[in-house]
Amino acid sequence: MGEPIIQVDDLYKSYGAVEAVRGVSFAVAEGEVFGLLGPNGAGKTSCVEILEGLRTPDRGKVRVCGLDPETSGDQFKEKIGAVLQSTALPDKLRVKEAIELFAKFYRKRANTDELLRRFQLDEKRDAFYSHLSGGQKQRLALAMALVNDPEVVFLDEPTAGLDPQVRREIYDIIEELKRGKKTVLLTTHYIEEAERLCDRVAIVDHGRVIAEGTPRELKQKSAGTTRIEVRLARPLSDGMLGRLDGVASSREFEGMYVLHSARPPQTIVALVKQLEAENNELQSLEMFSPSLEDVFIELTGRRLRE
Amino acid sequence: MNALKHTWTLTKIRIRLAMRNRAFFFFSLAMPLIFLVGAVVFFGRHTEWVGYILGAMLTTTVMGSFWGLSVQLVTFREQGILRRFRLPPVGAGPMLASSILSNYFMALPVVVIEILVCRWVLHMQSWGNLWAIFVLVTIGSATFSSLGLIVASVTNTMQETQMINNLIWMAFLFLSGATIPLAIFPQWMQRVALFIPAQYLATGLESAATKASTPYEVLEDFLALALGFWVAFEVSRQLFRWEPEAKLPRRAKLWVLAALVPFLLFGTWESVWGTRLNRVNTNYQTLRMTPSGARQSPADK
Repeated sequence: MGEPIIQVDDLYKSYGAVEAVRGVSFAVAEGEVFGLLGPNGAGKTSCVEILEGLRTPDRGKVRVCGLDPETSGDQFKEKIGAVLQSTALPDKLRVKEAIELFAKFYRKRANTDELLRRFQLDEKRDAFYSHLSGGQKQRLALAMALVNDPEVVFLDEPTAGLDPQVRREIYDIIEELKRGKKTVLLTTHYIEEAERLCDRVAIVDHGRVIAEGTPRELKQKSAGTTRIEVRLARPLSDGMLGRLDGVASSREFEGMYVLHSARPPQTIVALVKQLEAENNELQSLEMFSPSLEDVFIELTGRRLRE
Repeated sequence: MNALKHTWTLTKIRIRLAMRNRAFFFFSLAMPLIFLVGAVVFFGRHTEWVGYILGAMLTTTVMGSFWGLSVQLVTFREQGILRRFRLPPVGAGPMLASSILSNYFMALPVVVIEILVCRWVLHMQSWGNLWAIFVLVTIGSATFSSLGLIVASVTNTMQETQMINNLIWMAFLFLSGATIPLAIFPQWMQRVALFIPAQYLATGLESAATKASTPYEVLEDFLALALGFWVAFEVSRQLFRWEPEAKLPRRAKLWVLAALVPFLLFGTWESVWGTRLNRVNTNYQTLRMTPSGARQSPADK
């Protein structure tokens, strides 16, 4: 990696007794899409809001485009764009007015009509903010994040709460940013999002980065195992699953057993035999190829959305 | 330079947003005119009193900015709208100044309508001194808007804002002389009123409307309001919060006391050396002694 455009060193942030960020460090290269992946409350938003200059860190060093977000003022704000997790606009503000209004605050401005077309908001240009759907509001937020043609774009959970189709539309937009070589820092708790969009991912849990790398590198950490999720009629005896042929690890989550197996066919045969012997019934069985979810489970013993 | 440009940009959009809000039309345009109609019914043909009523009406209209701005700012903060404005290079100054300016520009047409209705419909005996009225309306609007912005900064929820607003608003309304003539209050209450910002606006506007006082003659009222505006705006800038969860430290609320300092100074000066209360009482008695007023003053009704 060349000179990083975002550099975070040993970052700490607490809210009263709650330590939201505990020694986070990472770097993002220019033109890279970097993801902070973690469950809700992991400290992702605190990190990104410190990088946006909206929060003051307790400790640690942060540089974005070579500037300190906290002290660089307008010079810093000119260089970044952001979609915040919790924000809104006045109900009676029209779509085009919102983009034009925010564009006027910057020295460098993108073309409003082009943004409206690019984000499929052309037909809604005169609609009030309160009349937009969730997806349209999010597309508007993305358009507003680009009104100053920023060097770095921060996207904090840009698809949270949106239905799958709208989420895919947002993915297309982010992929377009990626093709345009924009530096993007994205926070998410969706595995699919991180795997599809990010060049590199940092997995964050309890305020710490617990793994970092490209999605492929991270998935290789789960040792090429396949995840098998089974539901049974009755609970199993302790440790039985771990002794099955090919099983690398096994855990129970809310009545469901999750196995990681290097040899799935053998594991399934062994499981069925064992269930027959114990007079137990298989209610469901699903198999998944290795994903970042598996990496998270292996590292934390929990599922990402617990 | 950028701050001025951003202030103007925000002012224009705020005016546009207000014009799309039905509540704004009711509270800012319809309500004052309803009060004026009420005044017509109440005063009948006592034209000598119309200037006095105009002063009171203008005071209430100008003071209305206090309510509107605090409620709007708290709503914007609670809804997370303010935090979106924190990302671009816009500081607290343009955000606050644009609130004050937009409020002022929206109050001006109402002021003009009130003056025209008083002169043409209620047959006010003269135009008063329009220049002095304009100066006082301008500085008064800025002062009360700034006081509203302070309330918005020290309260965390809409409920808190409305509670505090109600308390202050009552004091403004009843101790300024804008609703009940100050002259009919006991002496001690009149003295308390000298420390109320609204008093300076009400007395100045009454004087400009009834006696056609020049800007120079209402200089003291202007200075009290101007100093009050300067301090209140600075305090509101210091206390301004973008984030809904950013709670104000308790000691920061002491800043609020600073906003009262100009009126404490002017109130003390008036109590010891001033002639304001004499003028207020004399003006009221003079009106009562006019032919129609002698028969029955509004307060005696």
